[in-house]
Amino acid sequence: MAAPKFEVPTLTEFTAVPKIQEGSMAHMKSFVANEKVQSFLGYPWELGEDWKERAIDRMGDLLGKYRSLRVFMDACVHCGACTDKCHYFLGTADPKNMPVARQELMRKVYRRYFTLPGKMAPWLVGAEDLTQETLDDWYNYYHQCSECRRCSVYCPYGIDTAEITMAGREILNYVGMGQKYSNEIVGKVQKIGNNLGLPGPALEDTLAGLEEDVLDATGVAVKFPIDVEGAEIMLVTPSADFFSEPHVESLIGYAKVFHAAGVSWTLSSKASEAGNFGLFVANYDTMRTVANRIRDAALELGVKRIVVGECGHAWRVAYSFWNTLNGVGYGGDDPYAKQLQQQLDSRYPQPQHICEYTWDLIQQGALEFDKSLNDDRVITMHDSCNVARGSRMGNEAGGQFTIPRNIIKAVANNFHDMASETIGEGTFCCGGGGGLLTDDLMEVRVKGALPRMNALNNVVQGEQVNFMATICAICKAQFTKVLPYYGFDMSMVGGVHQLVSTAIKLD
Amino acid sequence: MSALTGFYTILFYFATFILVAGVAYRIYEYSRTPAPLKIPTTPAPTTQSGVVVRMAREVVLFESLFKSNKWIWVFGWMFHVGLLLVLLRHVRYFQEPVWFWVNIVQPFGMYASFAMVIGLAGLWARRFLVDRVRYISTPSDHLMLALLIAIGLSGMMMTFVAHTDIIALKAFALGLVVFDWHPLPADPVLLVHLGLVALLMIIFPVSKLLHAPGIFFSPTRNQVDNPRERRHVAPWAAALDKD
Ligand code: SF4
Ligand code: SF4
Repeated sequence: MAAPKFEVPTLTEFTAVPKIQEGSMAHMKSFVANEKVQSFLGYPWELGEDWKERAIDRMGDLLGKYRSLRVFMDACVHCGACTDKCHYFLGTADPKNMPVARQELMRKVYRRYFTLPGKMAPWLVGAEDLTQETLDDWYNYYHQCSECRRCSVYCPYGIDTAEITMAGREILNYVGMGQKYSNEIVGKVQKIGNNLGLPGPALEDTLAGLEEDVLDATGVAVKFPIDVEGAEIMLVTPSADFFSEPHVESLIGYAKVFHAAGVSWTLSSKASEAGNFGLFVANYDTMRTVANRIRDAALELGVKRIVVGECGHAWRVAYSFWNTLNGVGYGGDDPYAKQLQQQLDSRYPQPQHICEYTWDLIQQGALEFDKSLNDDRVITMHDSCNVARGSRMGNEAGGQFTIPRNIIKAVANNFHDMASETIGEGTFCCGGGGGLLTDDLMEVRVKGALPRMNALNNVVQGEQVNFMATICAICKAQFTKVLPYYGFDMSMVGGVHQLVSTAIKLD
Repeated sequence: MSALTGFYTILFYFATFILVAGVAYRIYEYSRTPAPLKIPTTPAPTTQSGVVVRMAREVVLFESLFKSNKWIWVFGWMFHVGLLLVLLRHVRYFQEPVWFWVNIVQPFGMYASFAMVIGLAGLWARRFLVDRVRYISTPSDHLMLALLIAIGLSGMMMTFVAHTDIIALKAFALGLVVFDWHPLPADPVLLVHLGLVALLMIIFPVSKLLHAPGIFFSPTRNQVDNPRERRHVAPWAAALDKD
């Protein structure tokens, strides 16, 4: 780790609400996408002369298409309840990182061009013309929001700043200011099939290597099949699971669970990515195109069930949006949806999270564990924002919190939760979600992780916790980078199925 | 009819029209705008009746605000409950005979005005004392609070300090309802009170007071968490499935 060019916050017992420091993060500008990246997505790559009209046009368009945006622009009363809820504000003290202030960057323009008082008396209601300065603020501060939705939990009207950030990024793209990191990924997944840009043959090599590793370690021939037609289950998982540490440990865990269950399963080279960065840039068409790879792969392989690996935003898109976008789910009566829905096995939820899958097997007594193999670990659970506040598992509201914890408790002896206001629906984002997982945003990533690091530090000090489990590829990558800034070991973070992998008995 | 009575009569018809038509138009706009994706803030109810309960808890108890910030909750809830009781108390000016429950509310309504004004004062104080809230406050936020407090105080003046001619006022108000107009007492406090109320009604549909209808249309609060069981597709998005 190179010496940081910024001050790393110090850990404290409670995360204090800072006094505001105007402009403290104004310098933080993520790299802008170039012509090649933008043109592939059909966006311009520099501001044209008419950028202002284009921006306002696009805003009007989105206001007509998204009720969330329409209502949220009007409903805020500036009560301030959300002002201390964003991890980026808590970590940076920049007032424009307060959710309501982030919304206000767009709302002041909305008022000016779309409301009567804003047209008549802009000074009175805080309405402002759209200027280059405001556009730059949009760019900087809409890329200091991980779209984690923590603010929406605490707003009396449920105003979700993520919806506004997404709209802001869409407008920015539309006028030629795309973010390099996210847009490159959205391009790669469409061109190659996954976010890391791994071609099919590389993937096959990796999987063959994993089979050898697991055979060496356990003496059991656990398979990692790919593109198997007629398999019962298709696993769709973030591509980081194939190559990154600690992600790959969870992939091994899923494979062991499938092996122990004796089920036929397959990965897909076409759908070798569960992640969908279309969510982060908020273009419905893009998100739909990316989601349709999964539909196509499922139809081609003729699978009966679709299971999703450990990835936060991917699970939100899969659970909440797939049925809408690509028809993976039930209840569709149109030909498009029926084509796939009739193929899927209606005894199971579609899509299903790998944790739901494993927990079902555990409850049926189909899996056996030697919990003592995890005894060197004292475990806590970091709830990932998109899973916590944008999805569910199981049949009960809140299953997304209980099911992963139940699995951990079934495979390990030592578990301690972090403080209740920092987990569950109030969980703090890792600091790297929503398209921020890029080195050019390292300062905001490190500072945004502060509330989570404080909560973790408390259980490290108090309960000797040495392992933080999570079910998100972005969380894993972010913590691996950020933990060392706060003096923790990067290998403290890992997946829930990494723990499953350690304890599961195979034969 | 005096010029004064004529002015206030027309003012109230105008204000009522703006309020009703304006809010109706907003509701039409909100309901017509599709919500293309399922975005309830989870954990969320998995049934429609669950959503009704969630919404009721939000509207009656301000549940999310309670989780969020106890000061804002205390002041905000005092103000809104106070306002509700005060409004219910005012129903008696518009009917004869008066419904029995309005009479029951009457004494509570009188004292609720204190809760209302104290709540407003607390909310206003936060706009000065808390640096984060000061940062986000616009002139209209301050003016809105000033307006509501002025309405509250002028009303309380007439209730507790200098009574106005309540019989004549009631004749005026009832007259508005049945289109049989009566003179309005020329009491300055009353004129101020009524003028400000009319102003509030007029700005309602173009101001942040739209949070009142808005909350019912907030997709993060009013959607059922059942995306795997029901296919949810907005009309503009359904067109995409066809090609
Ligand atoms: S969505 Fe998350 S990151 Fe964005 S403003 Fe809200 S709390 Fe902050
Ligand atoms: S909590 Fe909601 S209403 Fe209050 S300031 Fe924040 S966004 Fe606005």
